[in-house]
Amino acid sequence: MNIPQFFRLTVKRIWIAGVLGMCLLLPGCGLSDAPVLHPKGPIALAERDLLFTAFWIMMIVAIPAIVLTLFFVWRYRSGSKKAAYAPEWDSSWKVETVVWLVPAAIIVVLGTLVWQSTHKLDPYREIASDKPAFKVQAIALDWKWLFLYPELGVASVNELSFPADRPLSIEITSDTVMNSLMIPALGGQIYAMAGMRSELNLLADDPGVFMGRNTMYSGDGFPDQHFKAHAMSEADFTAWKAKVSGEGTSLDAETYLELHKQSIANPVAYYSSFETDLFKLILRKYAPIVGPYESEAAELICRGAA
Amino acid sequence: MLGRLTIEAIPLYSWVAMGGAAVTVGGGIAVFLLITYLRAWKVLWTDWLTSLDHKKIGIMYVVLALVMLVRGFIDALMMRAQQAIALNNEGYLPPEHFEQIFSSHGTIMIFFVAMPFLTGLINIIVPQQIGARDVAFPFLNSVSLFLTAAGAGLVLISLAIGKFSTAGWTGYPPYSGIDYNPGVGVDYWLWALIVSGVGSTASGINFIVTIVKNRCPGMTYMRMPMFTWTTLCISILIAFAFPALTVVAAQLALDRTLGFHFFTNGDGGNMMLFANLLWIWGHPEVYILILPAFGIFSEVVATFSRKRLFGYKSLVYATACIAILSFTVWLHHFFTMGSSANVNAVFGIATMIIAVPTGVKIFDWMFTMYRGRIEFHPSMVFTIGFMVTFVIGGVTGVLLALPPADYLMHNSTFLVAHFHNMLIPGALFGYFAGLNYWFPKAFGFKLDAKWGIRSFWFWIIGFYLAFMPLYVLGFMGMSRRMEHYADPNWQPYLIVAALGAVCVLLGIVCIAIQLYVSAKNWGSARDLTGDPWNGRTLEWATASPAAPYNFAIVPTVRDIDAFHDMKLGGTAYQPAAAYEDIVMPKSSGLGPVLGALSFALGFAMVWYIWWLAALAFVLALVCVGIRACDDESEFIIPAAEVARIEGAHLGQITSADMHDMRDFQPVGPASGAPLPGRA
Amino acid sequence: MSETALNSELLEHEEKKSLESREFGFWVYLMTDAVIFALLFASYVVLSKNSAAGPTSRDLFDLGHTAGETALLLLSSLTFGLATIAMTSDQAGRVVQWLFVTLILGLGFLAMEMLEFHGMIAQGAGPGTSGFLSAFFTLVGTHGLHVAFGAIGICVVIGQVLVKGLTLPVRSRLVRLGLFWHFLDIVWIGIFSVVYLPGVM
Repeated sequence: MNIPQFFRLTVKRIWIAGVLGMCLLLPGCGLSDAPVLHPKGPIALAERDLLFTAFWIMMIVAIPAIVLTLFFVWRYRSGSKKAAYAPEWDSSWKVETVVWLVPAAIIVVLGTLVWQSTHKLDPYREIASDKPAFKVQAIALDWKWLFLYPELGVASVNELSFPADRPLSIEITSDTVMNSLMIPALGGQIYAMAGMRSELNLLADDPGVFMGRNTMYSGDGFPDQHFKAHAMSEADFTAWKAKVSGEGTSLDAETYLELHKQSIANPVAYYSSFETDLFKLILRKYAPIVGPYESEAAELICRGAA
Repeated sequence: MLGRLTIEAIPLYSWVAMGGAAVTVGGGIAVFLLITYLRAWKVLWTDWLTSLDHKKIGIMYVVLALVMLVRGFIDALMMRAQQAIALNNEGYLPPEHFEQIFSSHGTIMIFFVAMPFLTGLINIIVPQQIGARDVAFPFLNSVSLFLTAAGAGLVLISLAIGKFSTAGWTGYPPYSGIDYNPGVGVDYWLWALIVSGVGSTASGINFIVTIVKNRCPGMTYMRMPMFTWTTLCISILIAFAFPALTVVAAQLALDRTLGFHFFTNGDGGNMMLFANLLWIWGHPEVYILILPAFGIFSEVVATFSRKRLFGYKSLVYATACIAILSFTVWLHHFFTMGSSANVNAVFGIATMIIAVPTGVKIFDWMFTMYRGRIEFHPSMVFTIGFMVTFVIGGVTGVLLALPPADYLMHNSTFLVAHFHNMLIPGALFGYFAGLNYWFPKAFGFKLDAKWGIRSFWFWIIGFYLAFMPLYVLGFMGMSRRMEHYADPNWQPYLIVAALGAVCVLLGIVCIAIQLYVSAKNWGSARDLTGDPWNGRTLEWATASPAAPYNFAIVPTVRDIDAFHDMKLGGTAYQPAAAYEDIVMPKSSGLGPVLGALSFALGFAMVWYIWWLAALAFVLALVCVGIRACDDESEFIIPAAEVARIEGAHLGQITSADMHDMRDFQPVGPASGAPLPGRA
Repeated sequence: MSETALNSELLEHEEKKSLESREFGFWVYLMTDAVIFALLFASYVVLSKNSAAGPTSRDLFDLGHTAGETALLLLSSLTFGLATIAMTSDQAGRVVQWLFVTLILGLGFLAMEMLEFHGMIAQGAGPGTSGFLSAFFTLVGTHGLHVAFGAIGICVVIGQVLVKGLTLPVRSRLVRLGLFWHFLDIVWIGIFSVVYLPGVM
């Protein structure tokens, strides 16, 4: 029967197709602007470099492991008559010492690296700069991001704009399920959780537009919960500020409740002002201890439309 | 009367879901009709379902695992197909259906493929490896099996009645809470976990006691085969870790069903507690899945390299290290939750430390092959494929253990690729190796090697095609669980990944053909000696399949490779001077009954059918009570019967069937002393 | 005759071995149960201040009542111990008596606990009120549920002693049930010192 032959051929064809496919793909398809490999900010760059460093250090063990495995398999195949055969050889202090100590040494190196880099690249750590950080408050909603700019008194949905020459310091919370805010070209992510405040400090090298999104699956609208992060030159940013203040409406408590409703692929929206302490109120909505509300807006936001 | 169960539970919302329901129900009816047609109900009940024989229970576990593997894999194929086409369009799956599929894929593969597969192999082999006649608690073993089956049944029936969870296999609240997920899906997921989790805990307890108490004379801890060692370690892990799963699932169920506030947004709930509790179970679980496979690789690599296992002590200590360390790393699953740098760094370093004993294992297997005589049996080929591929997964694992790198890669397809890179070669390849290696022990004939090798090639090529693109997509910023996407650069990679899934499908088809071809030609591939591969450990000393009591005379062990030692010393295959009566457990129908009751309980809790839940619970208590009062649960196989069975087995072995132990003569200069007692 | 005698000897030998395994297995089971309680304690500690809009522990706990529960449960542990001692001296009647006393004390504990729960729920402090109360009811309730199962177990063992006498398997069950009962005592002491005492401090 020809079935075995057929399968051997199929296997071969799939191999060839696969290898060719990969070769064609790798340089071709967008890898040259993969945000993680080609970061656009010092934090992401440091994180990527750490990734690369650790990768190469591990190759000290990984390459011998793979190569030796394949070599031994070939060398000591049962068909080979030349190879030595030592059926009772089952321990060697030399080998054991090497296989325990070399990986251990690598882990000591990597462990040191982890300790230093984790502190250096702590997302909560403010980025040293001669200019003050640009503060933004990000709120995860179903399924969009709301950004408040306390410094400007404006707000935007599904678009984040900031001056490129200042560190970006984001306070994050959620008014829905757990989300995770990430702008891969600028650095790592951090969770957004209701009733809790997390922080993310990022910095862009130059003005540019970067993809950002929620990476934590959160329901039907999740695939479309992305936004563009614009790092702007001073002039552009001033213009943007004017545009938002000019054309946006006000994000008061009632409007916020409207915005809070679920929506998929929400278009970019601007607000020329927002409810006082909106971020705090949203945090307070889920806080363990609830007292009397200080304002009507507080009550609206904390208790919903009802 | 029927709680929230109405006619609307039938999945009319999409043709794909309808199709899934039809296949599930149709499959069930087909199996029912087939058994009826074969008039096999009685045999099935008396010889299998009610049997307390650990070997039969093991086989039933593996059958369950293989059936669920097909279901879980169809989910995978559907996801790959969806992502391959869903560039800027909805593909063929609506979001809520896609969500169910990725949730059920993970749940099924972890709980109803990997767990029953490894539990099945352990059941079949471990008692024979330690020279025992049975597990410590045969009845509990049967209950564990049927609790697992009940959990699997809940997942399967969710296709036809209602929906499955849309919250992913980890079911993070508040998304999995009643406020955001009001349907029955998450409840199905929870009750499947609770029911099968209790079964797993019982299995863990059972094997701890079996290995500690039932080893044959001479089998000290440092002479236990590696597979038994890994089983002991994971049984301890199960006993410590699975209660955490039970607790966290019960808490979420209380939140959902009775309006508690463990993990809700607001009202004093804390979702971070869920993440911690889940991963306190979840990380040891990874090692529960992988370590038994490591045990299988250890057995296979020694047998088919025709050599003693290199660095046995190292392997034992490495296994124990991994088991202990697995409890110290759970936080690395959520570095991005905002813990302090100190906490993240400590857990990152703890995670990396696990790489050391794991690396040692790879090197020990490698040096087992060194100066061996490697035979490319399918189980060995799976082992080699594992060693090469697993190193890659280990490297990406250490990368993810660097908290700052994890901030970049968390929740991305890189993570998905990483854990598939651990679990497919690390666990599944091991189980396949075990299937090929131990199949004759369970059924008395060998599996067809050619189709085994073919299945391997499809699996490994399919694996690389399916998951290497996902690593790349992670670098490109693709998150996991995306029903559609807008970046055209991603699509080519996703198409390659889909091709990989098709390739794996061919691998599964090969396994099916392998089983079919082997069963058809079973007469020509019979294993008369009980030792088809010239094995080294004690399970090869029994007949294939082993007699109900495994060992007519409980053996005495002098070496790690106990049976190899017996063959060399010429004490194998010797009839005993006299046989003795043997006490074995009687069959019991209470196991399947308890399984059915817990299925009913789970189903009733999902649909709020309170009277049924209460009834099932009370009846289950009554069953336990009946069993607790039964002091005559054993029967005796008389010595004459034992002598007859043993005589029949030994009588059919001719010296031509036995392996020529002179093959183990060393060759080459520095190959060690010639074997003792050899001219 | 000799064959049946031999058989029963063999069965007895196997039985002894299997009972030994059962006792060891029961210790392992208790350990898994201890993990469950440990995690419920941890959940309680995490959530104990999250009383949201509901009452706090200070508003709810009554140490006097808890002291009563504690006394009943500790005393029941003592009487179970007396039952075990009676078993070692083969006094089946005594065993049943002490087990019965234990059962009454256990039921008394359960009644007091139900009373406490009922009172709390009546004043709007049910488990659905806040994270704190969810954790409280789950932890204390799980312990109570264990006591209830223990009580059922005592009934079963009393029945077995009366019907079968102090046979080997019945003794083994009695010993294991005793372990379970004392274990619940230890857990209760944990509850007292982690839940009630700090709750009113």
